[in-house]
Amino acid sequence: MAELPRKAAEGVGGWGRFPLSRTTFLRPERSSEFDLVPGQQIVRGQGRSYGDAAVCGEGSTILTERRSRLLSFDQESGVLTAEAGTTLADILSVFVPRGWFLPVTPGTKFCSLGGCLASDVHGKNHHVEGSFSQHVTQASLKGGVGGWKTISPDHNEDLFWATAGGMGLTGLIRDVSLKLKKIETSYIKVKHRRARSLAEALDLFNDPDCDDTYSVAWIDCLATGASMGRSVLMTGHHALRSELPSEIKDPLEPYKQGKLSVPFDFPSFTLNPLTVKAFNGLYNMMQSRKTEFLTHFDKFFYPLDGILHWNRIYGKKGFVQYQFVLPMDQSRHGLTRILERLSHSGHGSFLAVLKKFGPEGKGMLSFPMEGCTLALDIPMKKGLLEFLDQLDEVVADFGGRHYLAKDSRLKPKTAQAMLPRLSEFRLAAAEIDPEGRFRSDLSRRLELLP
Amino acid sequence: MSPGTALILGALSPIAHAVALELADKGWNLILAGRDLDELEKAAADLHLRKGVMVQAVEFDALDYADHGRFWQNLAAKTPDLCGLLVAFGVMGEQEAQNETPELALPIFSTNYTSACSICLHAAKTMEKEGRGWICGITSVAGDRGRATNYCYGSAKAGFTAFLSGLRNRLTPAGVKVLTVKPGFVDTGMTYGKKGSGLAVPPSKAAQDIVKHLFGKKDVIYTPGFWKIIMGIIKAIPEGKFKTMKL
Repeated sequence: MAELPRKAAEGVGGWGRFPLSRTTFLRPERSSEFDLVPGQQIVRGQGRSYGDAAVCGEGSTILTERRSRLLSFDQESGVLTAEAGTTLADILSVFVPRGWFLPVTPGTKFCSLGGCLASDVHGKNHHVEGSFSQHVTQASLKGGVGGWKTISPDHNEDLFWATAGGMGLTGLIRDVSLKLKKIETSYIKVKHRRARSLAEALDLFNDPDCDDTYSVAWIDCLATGASMGRSVLMTGHHALRSELPSEIKDPLEPYKQGKLSVPFDFPSFTLNPLTVKAFNGLYNMMQSRKTEFLTHFDKFFYPLDGILHWNRIYGKKGFVQYQFVLPMDQSRHGLTRILERLSHSGHGSFLAVLKKFGPEGKGMLSFPMEGCTLALDIPMKKGLLEFLDQLDEVVADFGGRHYLAKDSRLKPKTAQAMLPRLSEFRLAAAEIDPEGRFRSDLSRRLELLP
Repeated sequence: MSPGTALILGALSPIAHAVALELADKGWNLILAGRDLDELEKAAADLHLRKGVMVQAVEFDALDYADHGRFWQNLAAKTPDLCGLLVAFGVMGEQEAQNETPELALPIFSTNYTSACSICLHAAKTMEKEGRGWICGITSVAGDRGRATNYCYGSAKAGFTAFLSGLRNRLTPAGVKVLTVKPGFVDTGMTYGKKGSGLAVPPSKAAQDIVKHLFGKKDVIYTPGFWKIIMGIIKAIPEGKFKTMKL
């Protein structure tokens, strides 16, 4: 194999631009070039994890951005096989017009298939359809020893479940097969409901009237007292052809600005200071406690993708995404405690996203478990890290867990205690990578592997 | 209806794949050729899945000149609407290594010049006879003036550029278009991490330029276009001065 072109790079981080590291980028194009390199390494897809998961400081960071070919599609089963660098945006642009959609999508479409499997991402449908890996039928993997292996839920299954959510630490993921789902239209039938408090919001998640494919709540972390946790719950499903007005000629049309009038643009899943005013506007506007409308999937799932590099609004210091999940029986009490801490902390006016998860999947390090998850972004400033360390303790006390794909600052002890299957994962990793070739700044910081 | 079938030689280069996507967008069916058949099959699957056109992968060894005639004839016989040829293969090598070991320069000359011209000659016969078609050759800004850092590669590309000019002169009466493409820095493995790569444009941008002019009026293009100005300046430097410069 000829030596790959390389590029020394400084200040490489994740989407949160904190922390930053020095690494060497390698960018394979052909399959023969996508292989182990000397020294320690980690694969980086689109760099959309927030912290340091996709950087190998002082080592090699292998980019998959040029490994993005679609390899096969089975019209009957809906199974698409593509190279791991393929982005969700790319898949949507090709398959939505043919009536297929991603089985699970995170809040950005600019992430790679490999990254989605390695982070075992979740979406607004976790409560009914589980996380990303549950829709992956197989993948090809190469660890530190041995050749390329096919891994799937029924072949090399331990390796598969170590790789799903394994943050790239089991090896190179070359191709991923994903089962797409059928849709009739590219629109989402959405309902918004107002919740005047946290208790009301949590009740709404369980209300049969709110039972839909997708659900998520936008929660005001500044509100205190009786209105603490006031939120807007949004639910939705892929609109059927019969639910579209007749003026829409092409039900599977790609996104175009301003085709349908929407009561309000609803930024979701990842939030920032820009959206504070928007929230208040929306909340106050909802005179009736319920609104229903149709919106394009692009607006529903990816409101922030329209603002390219929105992460830069936080400036050079970057920001921290803080996302955790609490078990169901602890959610009400735990979230109340955490919201109290947040609203008194003085760490900026921000909003958060609240979501109810369904049952836990099989990924050894996967994030979702049955319960409620809260996601916040907080601009980096003095005292924040200390405050979040305290918050970690509260999360731990309630039996919660953090999302590694968003983490940039957890301490090893805290993180390890939240990963009940870590020893199982370590065994699987030791077998496929006995020399420890796959390491990221995240795995080193959290001491996930020896 | 498909406008025809295009043969892409060196189809695994990022520029070639991007051009193939653009051509497929216009309905062209494609034959992808190169040395690595497994990899070509993947590229073919990708183009077919994305664009729905017919795409096949075939093995082609640029250095096997003796086989060029059979290779072209065989494809032309099986594909009556074959009327486009993109020559996108090429190899740069390391100039310093070639200075040290002159034998290393030979495949640079033969791949970039001899092979490229040879296959074009075979295609030209068919196209001239049929009075239709296009030939697009990817040469390089490096062919505009020899520089110490890559003159073996540059001289072969200069030769190919001159060849295409003559071929155009010959084929124009027959209604066959010949487009010479001189890429500057395009963001590929050839330029990745190298000095000046900050100026590089993505292969998709180069491909849009190429396909636009393939069916337009121009005969010779630089991509991105500002390289025409850069090379204009470089060509204008008197040789007495140029020979002392480090470029």
